Amino acid sequence: MTYKVIGKRVKRVEDPRLLTGQALFVGDVTLPDMLHAAFLRSDYAHAKLISIDVNLALEVSGVVAVYTAADMGDAWEPGPPLVSPPPTLENVVFNSRRQVPLVKDKVKHAGEIIAVVVAESRYIAEDAVEEILVEFEPLPVVVDLEKCLEPGSVLVHDDLDTNLAAHLVQNKGDYESARKGADLIINRRFQLDRGAAVAMENRGIVADWNEKNQHLTVWDATQSPIPIRNGLAARLGLTQRQVRVIAPFVGGGFGPKIMMFYAEEMVLPWITMKLGVPIKWIEDRRENFYATTQEREQIHEVEMALSKEGHILGIKQTIIHDTGAFNPYGLTTPLNTQSHSMGAYDVQNYSSEVIVVFTNKTIVTPVRGAGRPQGIYIVERLLDIAARELELDLMEIRRLNFIPPDAFPYEHKIIDQAFVPLILDSGNYEPAFDKALEMLGYEDFIKKEQPRLRAEGKHVGIGIVPFIETTGVGPYEGARVSVEPSGKISAATGVGTQGQSHMTSFAQIIAEHLGVQVTDVNLVTGDTAEFQWGTGTFASRGAVVAGNAVNAAASDVRQKVLKLASKILETPEKELELEDGMVRVVDIPDQSISLGELALLANPLRGAVEPGTEPGLESTKYFGPAFGATAFGVHGMILEVDPETMMIKIRKYITVEDCGTMINPLVVEGQIHGGVSMGIGNAYYEKLHYDENGQLLNANLADYLIPGSTEMPHIDVHHANTPAPNNELGTKGVGEAGAIPVPALFAQALENALHDYELEILETPLSPNRLYELLHKQEDPS
Amino acid sequence: MENTFAISVTVNGTPYQRSVDPRTLLSDFLRYDLGLTGTHVGCEHGVCGACTVLLDGEPVRSCLLFAPQVDGHEILTVEGLGTLDDLHPLQEAFRETHALQCGFCTPGILTTLLPYLEENPNPTEEEIREAISGNLCRCTGYQHIIDAVKLAAENMNP
Repeated sequence: MTYKVIGKRVKRVEDPRLLTGQALFVGDVTLPDMLHAAFLRSDYAHAKLISIDVNLALEVSGVVAVYTAADMGDAWEPGPPLVSPPPTLENVVFNSRRQVPLVKDKVKHAGEIIAVVVAESRYIAEDAVEEILVEFEPLPVVVDLEKCLEPGSVLVHDDLDTNLAAHLVQNKGDYESARKGADLIINRRFQLDRGAAVAMENRGIVADWNEKNQHLTVWDATQSPIPIRNGLAARLGLTQRQVRVIAPFVGGGFGPKIMMFYAEEMVLPWITMKLGVPIKWIEDRRENFYATTQEREQIHEVEMALSKEGHILGIKQTIIHDTGAFNPYGLTTPLNTQSHSMGAYDVQNYSSEVIVVFTNKTIVTPVRGAGRPQGIYIVERLLDIAARELELDLMEIRRLNFIPPDAFPYEHKIIDQAFVPLILDSGNYEPAFDKALEMLGYEDFIKKEQPRLRAEGKHVGIGIVPFIETTGVGPYEGARVSVEPSGKISAATGVGTQGQSHMTSFAQIIAEHLGVQVTDVNLVTGDTAEFQWGTGTFASRGAVVAGNAVNAAASDVRQKVLKLASKILETPEKELELEDGMVRVVDIPDQSISLGELALLANPLRGAVEPGTEPGLESTKYFGPAFGATAFGVHGMILEVDPETMMIKIRKYITVEDCGTMINPLVVEGQIHGGVSMGIGNAYYEKLHYDENGQLLNANLADYLIPGSTEMPHIDVHHANTPAPNNELGTKGVGEAGAIPVPALFAQALENALHDYELEILETPLSPNRLYELLHKQEDPS
Repeated sequence: MENTFAISVTVNGTPYQRSVDPRTLLSDFLRYDLGLTGTHVGCEHGVCGACTVLLDGEPVRSCLLFAPQVDGHEILTVEGLGTLDDLHPLQEAFRETHALQCGFCTPGILTTLLPYLEENPNPTEEEIREAISGNLCRCTGYQHIIDAVKLAAENMNP
């Protein structure tokens, strides 16, 4: 299909407001009589709460109230279970333990909330926090993923006799039989550690209960305003119509802002209803490190069985996944790892056990990539190791095992994170892989450049890693599109926006159907008063699920426009075109009517409307896919390592990205650049260091390093296009893709650069320090 | 308020007189006393650069200064660049090249670059990377920002 607006590099309509400081973020909301909250958080990761004395805090001038768990009475209850275990799997163990608004009896991770101070200013509230006296009884702390399962281990939850949060097994084919016919068995243990999402905007909430209107308004930096609205109504005994949640401009999400019902999201609405005045809390960066969710800590024991030619016969693995102190987000992340551990390859036999554990650490929920980088890391590392053992080319072993293009849709016969069968809808891997090798100049580098540079004493290495990403999962999203009498288009969808350019991309879809300028579309995202059905922004699904809902609604409005215009212009619909905000008779441009005039005629003040018709030029549509759309890509890199300092220089970085139909290539490229940046952080800079007491040792941006402009390379992006077969637009998600293959890519390229050290990398993230340690270990085995 | 400090400051060309609690951060003063919420606060410890404003033309971290420290001085915030209908060439270049996504870090990057481009009208890619190395962005990977700076340099110094 040929598009006029979809697929174009359209400048963003949201930019002027953001560039001039006129875009509203939660932190910018100021209301009359507004009070401010500050939280007292536990420094201990595990401790009994013996007593709290708030009297001194209450004496601080300007303090209005101080609340503890006891003050909440019946309103105190844990957050709701967000994601249940897959109902379609048998023998799943799932011990649901959810976060609480304020600690009642025992602290389970550092950063949990003990008390909240409400005051006239944030300054005063923070002063008063210092005046609260708390008696703790510190308890032994459990942080280790394996020790926590040993008999007699300290328990995070005393009402469970174990730290096991969940257990499930998924099998495909028959691994044990496949193993018997193998020529080579690779066995490895992989250690993957934690990182933080580090959105530049911390979380924030303003809650405003209006007693006279009996109405609650909440501004929340969330990826998921509609479920927050629904949950708040249920918790507070209000109808959903009495609650409006607005996620205005949100300064980056990356996953953690969808953790529905953070403690603060439960506490602030309760306080405004109690006091009858608005209340505000903006998270500071230190709180963000302790209280905002994190991800990626897993231990994998893996086995891969191969033929001597290099065919994968099967994979078996046990994944121990750390969920932190609570598991509100169910099994999404480990299920994603399970689904992606077969990568882009035809794996007929797969046996995979997931063990989820509670530890005294911050809660784990998806962070950009959401378990997928771990899965890709495992399978790509194993192939690198297998290729070396079998003396095969690292690239050839991948070609040998790719799922061939005629095998799609390819069913893996296990369940994915959306609880539906893991079916890869489409793909064409080898041409993308070839393109990546060509862009990187692989042959030339290996044969000429690398030997030359090595002769000069330089440690240069190359890596190429393919990956898949399941995107665009259900359940559904919706959108409303209407033509206004002004001729402008108003539209709304439930997914919030945290920088993904929805206001432009969705406007492009609407402009395509209605023949208007993108700037004539006013699209609202993330305001429950504008659209009240939907789930949220996650799993690289905006362009797929909400995008196709917008497409369906805009297409329906077009039909309504054509039907009415046909009557008025006395011309068959097929002879009409929509251009420049007008409906025109093709070839007779004088015979036309504007969309605005049609909108007025569709909503008459007098006269009779035909039975069975609806007023206006408006449509609301929903899209719910049976299963997701699978994106695919290849990343390649040439890097140089300084063997003294272990600092790296990325000499070249390329990506081939196949996300099906692109709505706006400029936006797609931005998503990839940002994803790669987070991936580079995950691979070589970013690690949350918890000590044995559950203390986070680098809870600030000076010690926790995210890539800056001097760490990032220039990235060459090539677009391949295998349209998604199961949605009208053919879109696949791309939001997380950039981050997924990077740790695996770094491992491959670093081993190649340091080939003289016989390095085998079995962990991520690395860092200059850690790489030095690994090399030192190689040099000196004693 | 028991201890207040009277300050006179010119922000974006407009003179203001205000009494503030002496410990009021410049970032909070701009955002809440003057309502100029375009200056964003990302870390409150001077690392991320989102709160960068110009103090007598020099980029400073407004989260690391107290409001009384700018008494008698001139401040420029992002609101002092272009307007919605008339973007500054630097802002226009950011829009042209998709150099912002969530836009939270953008005001601090714009204010950092404004004096930089005056002193360095034709920077190389490496120089641009150095110039914005004190500003963290989690969305863009910086590449489109670099494109924007090159474009702005061309447009501002034709």
